[in-house]
Amino acid sequence: MPADISTAQSDLAGVAHEPGAEKPDPILVADSITRSFGGLTAVDVEHVEIQRGVITALIGPNGAGKTTFFNLLTGFDRPDSGTWSFKGKSLNKMPAYRVARLGMIRTFQLTKVLSRLTVIENMRVGAIGQRGEGLFSAMFAPLWRPQEDANTKRADALLERFLLLEKREDFAGSLSGGQRKLLEMARALMADPELVMLDEPMAGVNPALKQSLLGHVKSLRGEGRTVLFVEHDMDMVRDISDWVIVMAQGKVIAEGPPDSVMGDPRVIDAYLGSHHDQDLSEMEEEILAEALAEVEGGHAASREDIR
Amino acid sequence: MDWQSLFGLSLQQMIGPTAVIYCLAAIGLNVHFGYTGLLNFGQAGFMAVAAYTMTSFVTTWGLSLWLGLVVGLGVSVVLALLLGVPTLRLRADYLAIVTIAAAEIIRQTVGSASLVDYFGGQDGLTDFIADFRNLNPFSGEYGIPGLVEWRAYDWFVMVVGWIVVALSCLVVWALMRSPWGRVLKSIREDEDAVRSLGKNVYAYKMQSLVIGGLFGALAGFFTAFRSAAVGPSFFATDITFFAYTVLLIGGAARVFGPVVGSMILWFLLTFLGEFFAQATSGANPLIPTAIMTSNQASLMRFVFLGLGLMLLMIYRPQGIFGDRKELALDAR
Repeated sequence: MPADISTAQSDLAGVAHEPGAEKPDPILVADSITRSFGGLTAVDVEHVEIQRGVITALIGPNGAGKTTFFNLLTGFDRPDSGTWSFKGKSLNKMPAYRVARLGMIRTFQLTKVLSRLTVIENMRVGAIGQRGEGLFSAMFAPLWRPQEDANTKRADALLERFLLLEKREDFAGSLSGGQRKLLEMARALMADPELVMLDEPMAGVNPALKQSLLGHVKSLRGEGRTVLFVEHDMDMVRDISDWVIVMAQGKVIAEGPPDSVMGDPRVIDAYLGSHHDQDLSEMEEEILAEALAEVEGGHAASREDIR
Repeated sequence: MDWQSLFGLSLQQMIGPTAVIYCLAAIGLNVHFGYTGLLNFGQAGFMAVAAYTMTSFVTTWGLSLWLGLVVGLGVSVVLALLLGVPTLRLRADYLAIVTIAAAEIIRQTVGSASLVDYFGGQDGLTDFIADFRNLNPFSGEYGIPGLVEWRAYDWFVMVVGWIVVALSCLVVWALMRSPWGRVLKSIREDEDAVRSLGKNVYAYKMQSLVIGGLFGALAGFFTAFRSAAVGPSFFATDITFFAYTVLLIGGAARVFGPVVGSMILWFLLTFLGEFFAQATSGANPLIPTAIMTSNQASLMRFVFLGLGLMLLMIYRPQGIFGDRKELALDAR
């Protein structure tokens, strides 16, 4: 549905370039989500909206809380507080499997293929609403065979698209790292999700495969799906994302189209540190002066005590 | 050395009632461990609750054996739910700890002196078998004359037992080729991946625990039928580990693994036991008493069984039916 993409993209033109900006047609909305581990607040997001039908990138330096935020949204972790909804339906306290059934399917940073199942079996597991997955109907093949055949046909088409068809009967555990990424993405599509959430799809993938993966992610948008991905690779972010959300220290610090975000001083500060354009010797002098002042003050105080 | 009686006795145990019991117990463990990856170390507990429910129905309360059998199945389902509810959301090791403890608790409870009126204490229960024995259509002796013979009642237990094993294999096969079985195997590989694909992992693990427990219950019934008695010592922890041995010999996650594994284990155990017994007995034994007395010889079978298991794990870790390629994938 190419027409939809361009409308979705042009909708974004009018959106403010600021954290928590409101979108014209959000598919996912999150409000005041917090999650802390002991004393560390890993995620503290006030408000964020994901526009339907486009590719949104979630970036940020290491430890910014991107993956934790991902886990919270998909039900793999529970936030300490906050509300969030998908297609207007609240996901609070909803277990991960029900989130997935609503049409919000995720992949993992460390690819999770089912090693001792063949590639085609990996694909078949991905289909949702299978009749043969009930304990009693499972015993009677005629009840689920037609649906299974239809799923297999769909799986074969997806394997062909993701260039995995010749690996069909191999164990998934024998695939290379890049092929596993492809399989995981293809398997996610078996559920026919509206929102595909990719956690670092480019991690550990060679440059040649990277290009084809980029094409696959774009093709998801071409089918009318919404894509939200976490990534470190700036080339990928610049190439394919329509909108970028930047997180640092658990908060959303900037939003906007890729070009504007990458020039944002707050983003550069977050990635490189706020002192990155300051002369090192200047900084040292400053620190020294501060330390001296403290020492002096301390001396003065102790003299006071003695008197 | 009397080879004829050596092979005869080994053959008798290979397909005898005891092999049936371990086969059924291992079929249950195959569903738990082989297909779903659940570490149940308390299969003896499932056997005990089912067997004791059935026998106490007759001996203690004077009710029907068949009613006891049905209720026994129900009680083993309840046990599975009790064990599963607190542990199946946690990491795999918690189920292992809870099941091994629960099996011991059950064994100590039915053997306790304060419940002696209900479960017979350490002596266990007897006199419940009439209803089952009355169904026996066989009489006389069966087997190969001169080599191996079974009494009519043992023959009856065996015939019924192997029919139940065949039906159990059929059920496992039908389940594991279905999409339901595929979800179980996927859970064994990676729970989170399965969760991310919209499957209720907790419910599937619970179903697996219940079904494997039901096969354990069948093993418990046959324990009672074989001996026409039950006692706490019939359901010791080592039963579970022998059942695991059976499973690993045959090959985990294979429908016929437990069947072949059980036959091999009981053939070997009997053969080795009998071999060393004969080799150390008589006026002029094969192995001089200076090396080994007949008392010591009775334990040699376990030494050699252990050695055999080690060799199996080194040279054929996938068991008889397993696929070595599949196993190598684990070492990612």
